[in-house]
Amino acid sequence: MSAPYAKLPAWVDYGLIPLINLVVAFLVAGLVVLAVGESPLRAAALLIEGAFGYGEGIGFTLYYATNFIFTGLAVAVAFHCGLFNIGGEGQAYVAGLGVALPILWLDQIMPWYVVFPAAIVGSAIAGAAWAFIPGWLQAKRGSHVVITTIMFNFIASSVMVYLLVDVLKPAGSMAPQTRTFAEGGQLPRLDWLLAIFGLDIGGAPFNLSFLLALVAAFVVWLVIWRTKLGYEIRTMGHSPKAARYAGIKESRIVIITMLMSGGLAGMMALNPIMGDQHRMALDFVAGAGFVGIAVALMGRSHPVGIVPAAILFGMLYQGGAEISFEMPQISRDMITIIQGLVILFAGAMENMFRPAITTFFATLGGARDAKPAPAVE
Amino acid sequence: MSDFAIELKGIDKSFGLVRANKDINLSVRKGTIHGIIGENGAGKSTLMSILYGFYQADDGDIFIDGEKTVIKDPNAAIASGIGMVHQHFMLVENFTVLENIMLGAEESQILTAGIAKARDELRRLEDEYELEVDPDAIIEELPVGLQQRVEILKALYRGAEILILDEPTGVLTPAEADHLFRILEQLKSEGKTIVLITHKLREIMAVTDEVSVMRRGEMVATRTTSETSVEELAELMVGRRVLLQVDKGPATPGDVLLAVEGLTVRDSRGVDMVKDVSFEVRAGEIVGIAGVAGNGQSELLQAITGIRRGTKGRVLLNGEPIRVTGHADPAELRHRGLAHVPEDRQHMGLVLKFDESENSILGYHDDPKYLNGLFLNIDAIRKDAADKIEKYDIRPPNPRLKTANFSGGNQQKIVLAREMERDPPVLVIGQPTRGVDVGAIEFIHKRIIEMRDAGKAVLLVSVELDEIRSLADRVLVMFDGRVVGERSPETGEGELGLLMAGVEDAKEAAQ
Repeated sequence: MSAPYAKLPAWVDYGLIPLINLVVAFLVAGLVVLAVGESPLRAAALLIEGAFGYGEGIGFTLYYATNFIFTGLAVAVAFHCGLFNIGGEGQAYVAGLGVALPILWLDQIMPWYVVFPAAIVGSAIAGAAWAFIPGWLQAKRGSHVVITTIMFNFIASSVMVYLLVDVLKPAGSMAPQTRTFAEGGQLPRLDWLLAIFGLDIGGAPFNLSFLLALVAAFVVWLVIWRTKLGYEIRTMGHSPKAARYAGIKESRIVIITMLMSGGLAGMMALNPIMGDQHRMALDFVAGAGFVGIAVALMGRSHPVGIVPAAILFGMLYQGGAEISFEMPQISRDMITIIQGLVILFAGAMENMFRPAITTFFATLGGARDAKPAPAVE
Repeated sequence: MSDFAIELKGIDKSFGLVRANKDINLSVRKGTIHGIIGENGAGKSTLMSILYGFYQADDGDIFIDGEKTVIKDPNAAIASGIGMVHQHFMLVENFTVLENIMLGAEESQILTAGIAKARDELRRLEDEYELEVDPDAIIEELPVGLQQRVEILKALYRGAEILILDEPTGVLTPAEADHLFRILEQLKSEGKTIVLITHKLREIMAVTDEVSVMRRGEMVATRTTSETSVEELAELMVGRRVLLQVDKGPATPGDVLLAVEGLTVRDSRGVDMVKDVSFEVRAGEIVGIAGVAGNGQSELLQAITGIRRGTKGRVLLNGEPIRVTGHADPAELRHRGLAHVPEDRQHMGLVLKFDESENSILGYHDDPKYLNGLFLNIDAIRKDAADKIEKYDIRPPNPRLKTANFSGGNQQKIVLAREMERDPPVLVIGQPTRGVDVGAIEFIHKRIIEMRDAGKAVLLVSVELDEIRSLADRVLVMFDGRVVGERSPETGEGELGLLMAGVEDAKEAAQ
């Protein structure tokens, strides 16, 4: 009796169910907006208008989405190995060093296309290094990564404050941040990409790291589903017993997965540092590491799901900013509540509507096609 | 009053697209033992779950004692006088017998009065049905047979007139099973009605008055036990004639391919699960290890196959030692010709969420023929899987189907195909037919004998004594971590059963 639900068509599983969850999340969010005395319909219009209605809005939406693609992929890779890496925040923060240090060294003597590869490698290595210790502790000592990665977020935060305030801050400056990078430390913006669609990017920091994020998504797909390493990671994630039976080196796989996860989270630092602010400032990650968890959940840990989920959250960030600007009743905190609802319905309560939908499709399919599914007990 | 304790009329139940019960009619006479048999997936458990209120039937009526009854949850079932003894006991292991029996029937927030009442009632039940058990014993310290008795008492304490037992002998020694059957006879003579679900045909023949056979969700026949035969029941279950006896010639043992010397395995609690075990398996023979589940067979298998670390002793594969007390590597052992069909097919032998082809390379995924450098050669893997599917008649024949959607028997065939097709000199098999339907059992047994006849050394562990006796050329009996005796497979069941129960001088005791 282990299979009470029949199999759903893929488009329902990966398309319809997330959509229904999303709609319900927005309905509940609408009630919240109603409760503070604003019109939910106007808020929704503002949200969509703000995120997609004009070139600059789209630029910002995709800029935020870039962050979330990286952190979402990071969480997803770890999920495939059965690991819950909630340290993306800290890994990305520390990876800021991997971006900033090569840039500070090279930006005045080299063009951006020489500095960029160095920054990519630096960010991935720094993020991976910060994830290595929790990975090693999990593999060799059985310390749970959920605990250790969250602790490492705090450590990262303190270390970065110290470094920014006492080491990296230029003499005489009041702000806890590095100096502003020269030309060589600034990624080109993707204004041409939006221009193809006749859109004007305006002041949005939409930059080259978006394309890097798409490449990363493809590489993650390739590694997880098409390589021997990915096979071993998935075996480990589904059944550690089967992995041991198959002779897969468990601790090696756990550590490699955490390195990959940390590396992906780390590459997120490229976007704000090299693509937008052109310096490393305090708290530049701004919660993207945690949003990555929701993005991975909603995207079903698959790159094809993660990219649209990241864009959705990019929309919430950008459109949310628009709402709070237009509707003084709705503060930034309200936006966080709405985002929280999306996370709740799309992630945590993901299976809430599944039984009903399954029954619905079973009746539908049963009438049309009485082919019995195998294996009841 | 009605002649029938239970009548089911037109019961229908679907899970999604799967129709688990189709228009089931069943009548169980009052004061009888009624057997229900069927292959895995035939719908027995679903039907009983409907009767016990775990599920609601989509259609159909239930009559208890002639009265139409709606059973919406297990509490309603208990109120109607139905008790259930599950295959996996529902006992709180660190509670006493008394506490377990009271659980859910405490009657008030303060327990003192309830305890006294329960103790009196328990004493009365024990006297009436000869079900002795110490009310203050802790459950986990009791042997399995007694734990089961507590489950029965629990049902009786709640006033059960109808007792459903789901695969009750799976965990019992033959002697314990006999004892259980005597208890059931006693209950029957007191007027209770018993429904016995099992897949063991011999038990049906031994204790039931009537037997109903299920196949693919349908009730295909009901017979009076004294007027039917094992052969007829097997045929009804499977829908075709089944060879129950395995055909095999005498073994021609060759060189020793697997030797275990003084192996001791300690588990994480510091208890020795395998104690100083030594034996040999030669090419061209099947050595069977018999024993009640939990007497160290699993740990022995896992140590030999490199999954669990041994504490002491040596294991020689083809004359060369393996690192049994160090970091043995299952992958390395595979390269050296040791194939392993694990006991826990669903969690160890397979990844249920993988598709069939992905499982067909588990453990052999570093074989260059499945790879293109670092990448998987998906075409080669699927082609290879399709070949095995054809050769082992795995159904449905679709290498891209998720493994969880195959039946137990077909899942086991996926594992067997993977391990046997490598043509390994040494084959270690745990519980080859657990949860496998009768039709597939025949196939699996044939394959194992073929491996032997091809000169492979086969080590077989099974809790099914019949299986050991029909397949093995030599039988080792394990009890409490030790090999307590070696016998020929022709040895009487009584003697082997006593050995399994730890009676060392089994021959004398059996006489």
